[in-house]
Amino acid sequence: MTETVIKTDKLTKRFGDFIATNGITFEVHKGEIFGFLGANGAGKTTAMRMLCGLSKPSSGSAQVAGFDVYKQTEQIKRNIGYMSQKFSLYEDLTVVENIRFFGGIYGLSNADIKTKSESLLAQLGMESEAKKLVGSLPLGWKQKLSFSVAVLHRPKIVFLDEPTGGVDPVTRRQFWNLIYAAAQDGITIFVTTHYMDEAEYCNRISIMVDGKIEALDTPRALKQRYNTTTMDDVFYQLARGAKRSE
Amino acid sequence: MRTILFLLQKEFKQIFRNRAILVMISVMPVVQLMVLPLAANYEVKNINLCVVDHDHSTTSQKLINKIISSGYFKLTGNAPSFHEAFPLMESDAADLILEVPQNFERNLVREDEQKLFVAVNAINGTKANLGGAYLGSIIRDYNREIRLDWNVPGRFNAAPVIDISSSNWFNPLLNYRVFMVPGILAILVTMIGGFLTALNIVKEKEVGTIEQINVTPLRKHHFILGKLIPFWVLGNVVFTLGLLVAWAIYGIVPVGNLIVLYVFVGVYLLAVLGFGLLVSTFCDTQQQAMFIMFFFMMIFILMGGLFTPIDSMPEWAKLISRFNPVSYLISVMRMVVLKGSDLHDVRVHLGIVALFAVVLNGWAVLNYKKTT
Repeated sequence: MTETVIKTDKLTKRFGDFIATNGITFEVHKGEIFGFLGANGAGKTTAMRMLCGLSKPSSGSAQVAGFDVYKQTEQIKRNIGYMSQKFSLYEDLTVVENIRFFGGIYGLSNADIKTKSESLLAQLGMESEAKKLVGSLPLGWKQKLSFSVAVLHRPKIVFLDEPTGGVDPVTRRQFWNLIYAAAQDGITIFVTTHYMDEAEYCNRISIMVDGKIEALDTPRALKQRYNTTTMDDVFYQLARGAKRSE
Repeated sequence: MRTILFLLQKEFKQIFRNRAILVMISVMPVVQLMVLPLAANYEVKNINLCVVDHDHSTTSQKLINKIISSGYFKLTGNAPSFHEAFPLMESDAADLILEVPQNFERNLVREDEQKLFVAVNAINGTKANLGGAYLGSIIRDYNREIRLDWNVPGRFNAAPVIDISSSNWFNPLLNYRVFMVPGILAILVTMIGGFLTALNIVKEKEVGTIEQINVTPLRKHHFILGKLIPFWVLGNVVFTLGLLVAWAIYGIVPVGNLIVLYVFVGVYLLAVLGFGLLVSTFCDTQQQAMFIMFFFMMIFILMGGLFTPIDSMPEWAKLISRFNPVSYLISVMRMVVLKGSDLHDVRVHLGIVALFAVVLNGWAVLNYKKTT
């Protein structure tokens, strides 16, 4: 756990007078599951969008997979997967068509696309849904599919923005099994969540309050530091002082 | 190259699954070409005429009969005085009032001269102008007839008259539809191409799928090409359908070469699609895109020479219409379909439209940002 795949230094994003992300500094190691926590409006999504090369930082620096977020966004994009808060596969394409399309965009060969989509469908148990339009699937399945598509091209890092929002507990558990499987394959997971039980599954977590990172450690160390037994309490102690909310 | 194939495959699948688009591209050309040329007609007919005949003579009766039988006028009223006829015009029941003075026949015979009075309701400018002109020419005609009937040669010193005989070229029967159909087809191609592209990309923004695309290493120009090509094909399908409708319903077969038409439309579509793309890069919602497209389409259509000739616009308007891609297509359509112009004749138009295509698409690619 020594190789660093994400490294930021005072990374900041301003929208006019509003500082969405205020000088955050942290490192993420290869193969770890990094939980990126914070209240609504704390600046998590903004930070994640900067790391994915979707948004240009206002100041500070960051490297993702060894590439600079200012100048090398296209190289970054080749090495990451991204699953946004909003479901963003094509609802009017079928499951296999979506897999094929995104596989093609990432430059996978036809043979590769074929074997990968077969194994992916088997892993998700979605063989019989392969030819169904994605729009007709229940949300939980969509989210699992969305994740599998995001790691289809075997990126170094995958960014997940509240991947389990609105999903039932059983599906959430299945979703985390997928995350563990991907982490075992050496894919670094960068995930935001509001579920504190999910935070416990992470190797390390950071908690953002009003654009700043207020705490960063393993779940166990954080609980010790804040003298409590649950992550809920840790989060509550840190985030109740937040001035911003949606 | 391979990436573009994936993009095209995706785009075509989505188009063929979208019933609304399929219906629009097949029904719109047929319905518009069937309805508009028949309804949007410049020929002024059914001009409402009110006659105030103070003379009640055979001559005045004959004149009125001649006017009515021309087919352009409809007698809506006979009033005993102008004073009583005027309310008809006030209520728009009459477009013209023709007043025949007392002793019209007698004075005409005795003094070889008589005056008629015509009042024109000028609220509808075209109808008033043309109605007045028609009436004038019918009365002149009538005047000549009675001269021949009544004048003994020699007694009357004929004033020298220049008689004009004219022949109509390219549209010998002055059939209004022949003039309108190519223009309407041009508008159709523009509307379908422009709107579909603009709305398509903005829809991806609204749904959020564009973010998933933006986070991939996909090149910008690949993305734009992947959007351009499918709608370019659709535009050509619509155009072909339109040509078929024009032939089947109006019997209009382009006098010029079809290849010239397709070459021009092919380049033109690139320009219009580029415009749609550009609009989409400025908008975040389909509603915005729709309003912006409507704003420009209205100007493009009204200033494109479809209904009113560009040549008779004021100088500043002519200048604006030079930046209106639609005006080039309308004029080339008419040139090739009606006159049989060849590629050499339309080369300037082609060059300008190609320039539009390069500028608009280039601008769209520059303005499409994967990173904000």
